[in-house]
Amino acid sequence: MASDRTPLGATVEPAAEEDQGPPGTEVALPAEPEARRALMPAIEPERLVNDWGRSERVEGAIDRTLYEFFYRYWFRVEVEGIENVPDRGGALLVSNHAGALPPDAAMIAKALRDEHPASRRLYITVEHFFKGYPGFSMLLPKVGGVAAHPANVHRLLYDEGECVLVFPEGRKGTEKLFKDRYKLRRFGRGGFVRAAMRAEVPLVPIALVGAEEAMPVFAQVGLLRKLTGLIYFPVTPTFPWLGPLGILAYLPAKFKIRFLEPIDTVALGGREAADDRALVQTVAQEIRARIQENLHDMLAERRSVWFG
Amino acid sequence: MSAEEPTARRVLVTGLATTWGGQLARALESHPQVEAIIGIDSSEPRVELERTEFVKVSNRHSLLARILRAAEIDTVVDVRLAVNSVAMTPAEAHENNVIGTMSILAACQESDCVRRLVFKSSAHYYGSEQDDPAFFTEDMRRPHRPRTRLERDIVEAEGLVAEFAHTTPRVGVAVARCANVLGPGLDTAFTRLFALPLVPMILGFDPRLQFVHQDDVVRALEFLTLSDLGGTYNVAADGVLALSEVISLLGKRPAPVVPPVGTGLLASALRVVGVRVPEELLNLLRFGRGLDNRKLKAAGFTYTHTSREAVQRLGEHLRLEPVRRGLEPAYTYEREVEAFLRWSPYVRREGRGGREGVEADHEPLGI
Repeated sequence: MASDRTPLGATVEPAAEEDQGPPGTEVALPAEPEARRALMPAIEPERLVNDWGRSERVEGAIDRTLYEFFYRYWFRVEVEGIENVPDRGGALLVSNHAGALPPDAAMIAKALRDEHPASRRLYITVEHFFKGYPGFSMLLPKVGGVAAHPANVHRLLYDEGECVLVFPEGRKGTEKLFKDRYKLRRFGRGGFVRAAMRAEVPLVPIALVGAEEAMPVFAQVGLLRKLTGLIYFPVTPTFPWLGPLGILAYLPAKFKIRFLEPIDTVALGGREAADDRALVQTVAQEIRARIQENLHDMLAERRSVWFG
Repeated sequence: MSAEEPTARRVLVTGLATTWGGQLARALESHPQVEAIIGIDSSEPRVELERTEFVKVSNRHSLLARILRAAEIDTVVDVRLAVNSVAMTPAEAHENNVIGTMSILAACQESDCVRRLVFKSSAHYYGSEQDDPAFFTEDMRRPHRPRTRLERDIVEAEGLVAEFAHTTPRVGVAVARCANVLGPGLDTAFTRLFALPLVPMILGFDPRLQFVHQDDVVRALEFLTLSDLGGTYNVAADGVLALSEVISLLGKRPAPVVPPVGTGLLASALRVVGVRVPEELLNLLRFGRGLDNRKLKAAGFTYTHTSREAVQRLGEHLRLEPVRRGLEPAYTYEREVEAFLRWSPYVRREGRGGREGVEADHEPLGI
C-alpha cells in the first residue's frame, strides 16, 4: 500500500540554511545505530499504546479472534521459509498484494508472530489516505499500520530494528481486477530498495498465493469512488451487495506464504550506494522477477484454489 | 557546550511577563556566570525576581537597540512568540509574532555586542497533515503551506530568524521548537480542552499527540541560553500518546462527538455563536503530531518528565483547581517595592547568592 504521493525513496527536502549561524556549534544525531538507540525515547511499561500508536491490547484481542479464525480455519495458511526472516534487527519484507481490503498483510503478520522462532512483530506500511479516513485512522495504527513515509520506514528499520512490510505495487496491486490475478504491477520507483539500503537491513521477498481468490475484484466503479471519497470502489462477490461489511467477507481460498532468500543490502554497497538509481532499479526489478517466478511456481503446483 | 562552562553572559530576555520569560529569568538568576539579566515586556512580570532588571518597553527596535548597547548585552533570548490562539486575537498575534520578531532582530543586528540569539518557536511550524511523517526531525519542512493564521505567522517568524542567522554570521542562533506545553498555570488550547468534563474527539480519529512539561521547556531554554549551540532543536518529551490514552490518564471521559466531515464548517458556526474553537487544534485532533527529540538529547539535555508524566501532572493540577480557585496570586509586581529592594542602601544584601559583586557595575535602567 505504499503511497503514490510520498514514495518510500523520496528524500525529505532539507530546510533552508537556517541552521548555519557559524559561532554556534551545531549538534547532529550520531550515525552509529547504538548511539542513536541510546537516545530513543524511554519505554514506559505502564503505557497501553506505543509511540507509533500501536496497542498490544487491541492487537491481541483481534489476533486471538478474527486473525486466528482466518489464519487457522478460513485461509488455512501454509508457511514456507520463515527462517529467511532474521531473528533480530531490522528487515524489510516485500510482498505481492491483492484484495480490495487486503487480507495478505494481516496473515503475514500473524505468520511472523506465530510461526517465527523469535515471534517477530511486524509493522505494515499503509497509504497516507488511511490517516485521513475516519475509523481506519483510529484502527490501523493500533494493529501495526504505519504511514508509508520514508522517514517512518527508516526509523523503524534503522533505529528500532523492527520488521517492516511493504507492498511496492501499492494501490495498483489492490485495484487490479480478477482477470489480472498474479500479474505483478510496476514496483513503484524502487523506493523500498533504497529504504533498505539506507538502513542496511536485509530485504526479504515474499510470494503469497490465495489473496487474489479470497476477494476477487470484478470491476471498479469510478463514480462511486468519487462519491464515497474512498481510494477505490470495487465490486466483489459480496461488496457492495451486503453493505459495508461485505468488504470483510472473504472466500475461503487456501493461502500459501513463501518467504524467499533474503537479499543482503550491505553486500550491495549499503548506505553509500543507496543513491545509485541504476542499482536500486536493478535490485527492484530482480526482486519483482523473483516474486513473479515463485508465484508461477506455486500456482503450477496448486491443484485447487480452495484446498491447495 | 555544557551549562557549567563559565563564560560570563549578559542576557536580555524578551517577553518577561510571559510564563517563559519569568521562569527563565528566575532560572538564570541562579547562575553566577550570568552577570546581568534584563527583562523587557510591555506589561509587568508575574513572578518574583531577585536581580533581573525589568524594563517596560514596547517592541520598538530603536529603543531595544539602545538598551542592548547600553547594557552591552551579548545574549538575547526571545521567548515572546504567541503559539496558541487562546492568548491573543489573530491580529495581536500577528503584530507580536511577525512585527515583534522583526524589530528584535533589527535591534540585534544594530548592536555589535550581541553574539547569541535564542529563539523560542513552536512545533506548529511543522503543521499537522495527513501525509506527515510520524516523527518530525529538525531538518524537515512542512509538506504543505500553513493553514491557519497562527501557523503562517510562526513560519514567517522562523523565516525571519533564519534570514537573520544567514546575514548576521557574528550572532549564533539557536531555535527551540517546542511541542504542546502542559503545566499548571498555563492557559493553552489544550489545557482548556482537557479541563472540560467530557473531552471532545473527532469521530473515528485517535491522533498521536506529544507534549512537554512546562519546567522542561524552561530548562531547555536555560540550557540553550548558556550553551554555545547553534541550529534548531525540537523540545518535546519522550513518548507520543494517543488522545484516548491522554484522556484516560487525566481520568476524564472521551466524547467522540465532533463529526469527521465538515469540522471546519462546524467550527465557523460555533464562532458565530460565540464559542471560539482554536483553529490550530482542528488538524491536531485529526492527524496529531510527533517530534523526534533526539537532537537536543544528543547535545546533552535531559528531560525530567515524559509526555505521560506531563499529562499526569496536568491531571493533578486540574483536580486541585476547584480547591485553589479564588486564592490571591502569590506575587504582584510593584515598581516602587522592586526599586527599593534593588537600590536602597538600607537593604542588606550579604549572603544572597550571586548578588554581591554584580551590584558594583550595575546601573539602574529605566525603572
